[in-house]
Amino acid sequence: MSLIDSISLPRSMRLPRVDGLVQWIVPLAIIAIWQVACVTGFVPTRVLPAPSDVALAGWKLLLSGELARNIWVSFWRASIGFLIGGSIGFAFGLANGLSQLSAKLTDTTLQMVRNVPHLALIPLVILWFGIDESAKLFLVALGVFFPIYLNTLHGIRTVDPQLIEMGRIYGMTDGELFRRVIFPGALPSIFVGIRFALGIMWLTLIVAETIAASSGLGYMAMQAREFMLIDVVVLSILIYALLGKLADSSSRVLERLTLSWHPAFQKR
Amino acid sequence: MQTALRTSLPETELASRASFAPHARVVREERPVQTSGLPLSIRGLRKSFGSNEVLRGIDLHIPAGQFVAIVGKSGCGKSTLLRLIAGLDKIDAGSIGFGGDVQPADIRVMFQEPRLLPWARVLANVEVGLGRDRASQDAHARAEKALAEVGLADKRDQWPSVLSGGQKQRVALGRALVSRPRVLALDEPLGALDALTRISMQRLLERVWRDQGFTAILVTHDVSEAVALADRVLVIEEGRIAHDVVVNAARPRQRGSAELAGLEGSILSHLLSADDRT
Repeated sequence: MSLIDSISLPRSMRLPRVDGLVQWIVPLAIIAIWQVACVTGFVPTRVLPAPSDVALAGWKLLLSGELARNIWVSFWRASIGFLIGGSIGFAFGLANGLSQLSAKLTDTTLQMVRNVPHLALIPLVILWFGIDESAKLFLVALGVFFPIYLNTLHGIRTVDPQLIEMGRIYGMTDGELFRRVIFPGALPSIFVGIRFALGIMWLTLIVAETIAASSGLGYMAMQAREFMLIDVVVLSILIYALLGKLADSSSRVLERLTLSWHPAFQKR
Repeated sequence: MQTALRTSLPETELASRASFAPHARVVREERPVQTSGLPLSIRGLRKSFGSNEVLRGIDLHIPAGQFVAIVGKSGCGKSTLLRLIAGLDKIDAGSIGFGGDVQPADIRVMFQEPRLLPWARVLANVEVGLGRDRASQDAHARAEKALAEVGLADKRDQWPSVLSGGQKQRVALGRALVSRPRVLALDEPLGALDALTRISMQRLLERVWRDQGFTAILVTHDVSEAVALADRVLVIEEGRIAHDVVVNAARPRQRGSAELAGLEGSILSHLLSADDRT
């Protein structure tokens, strides 16, 4: 997982450097073809509205303030859930990676829980929390927890033992050893976890908002379905795609800033 | 202003000259070997891993400042001996004494792998070698000096990943030397380098050893490297010192000279005859 990631990165990162617009050629081409297909009547607008219609729907929702409110609600849920689940996962990953006792106590339990698809808990979560905010936050946090936990644990366990021995020889205290050797060594793996967690974060939120919510992008899409507003449905899906891309890009920027020592992230 | 400057300058110059004078005289009159190296006494040293007895009673005295090479077949216990000297493993029986109190920073180890922190710049990697002194005011200056000693002052702000294998090993040497150790234990530090880099590293190693006068203990599988660098070559067989060969050739030594080649041949034949017996 992390190997493939580190191999494919330099290639995908060189493109935007050469020309930041290159990566947008394909999405823009798809939209252009889509527009042409709708205008010529090749695709009936009942099935798929033209991009211009979707943009128009988006403009109307923007003017009414509904769009911004729903995006903000979804964004807030996603980030708070991510922060809660991510910090707990990170803390468990650290504890179990650094302490044998902690790993023995909790790892088996966590591995068992991990194998339950967290979306299968939706009925139970609705019974517990109803359909208010805590239900969505709980599901997002649970979904985000495992990729971050597993990758933090993996990162800490695979820090080069020769470097740890070196640190001890040169008189590093436990704190220094963690700060200067173990944590930086685990960081590439932690970032892999964050990227996976961001994907799961959106997935969980969409499902949770679609099934049980009274606001948010998923709710907006479900409302539109009931009123047969297919342009709003498509608009919600496109916004999810953009938000996902935004989350991925920001984690990449963070990665490039903190892993500049890594050969895969160095300027060529 | 001008006169004030002129009068104050010679004074500070004098003061600094006075404070450095004792050291300077030592350097000039005799090799600093006697002043900064530590002697090493090993008595009845034993070590086993499980049922495998690796060292079976080593008795050895190394005078301060001597350059000792330890050779032997793989698995003979030479690396184990070095790790025990460096305090990396626990002794089963026997003792290792350094003739007085030693600080952890007095004994440094260099491994076959450079073991640099990939996420720290070259200079920061050298600073790691200062141990507890890392936080001190002159840490930067000392690390820069050590880096200059190994000829890499211009690489101070590079990441280790852009350095060649030989350069990485030189940074590791700078890190080992920055705390001015009195014993340097070298565990096949040049084993992974190509032939030419190896020779230039051997020269560098000899130079810093002559400059700083620490006691050097080099584990190597390369007998020619051992005779080129060491005052004394120990051959270890089956956990004991089988031969103790003194190398008297004058320094700087001519690589491939008849004298060294003869020594190398006789040590190799020892090693190979042991092979025949088993």
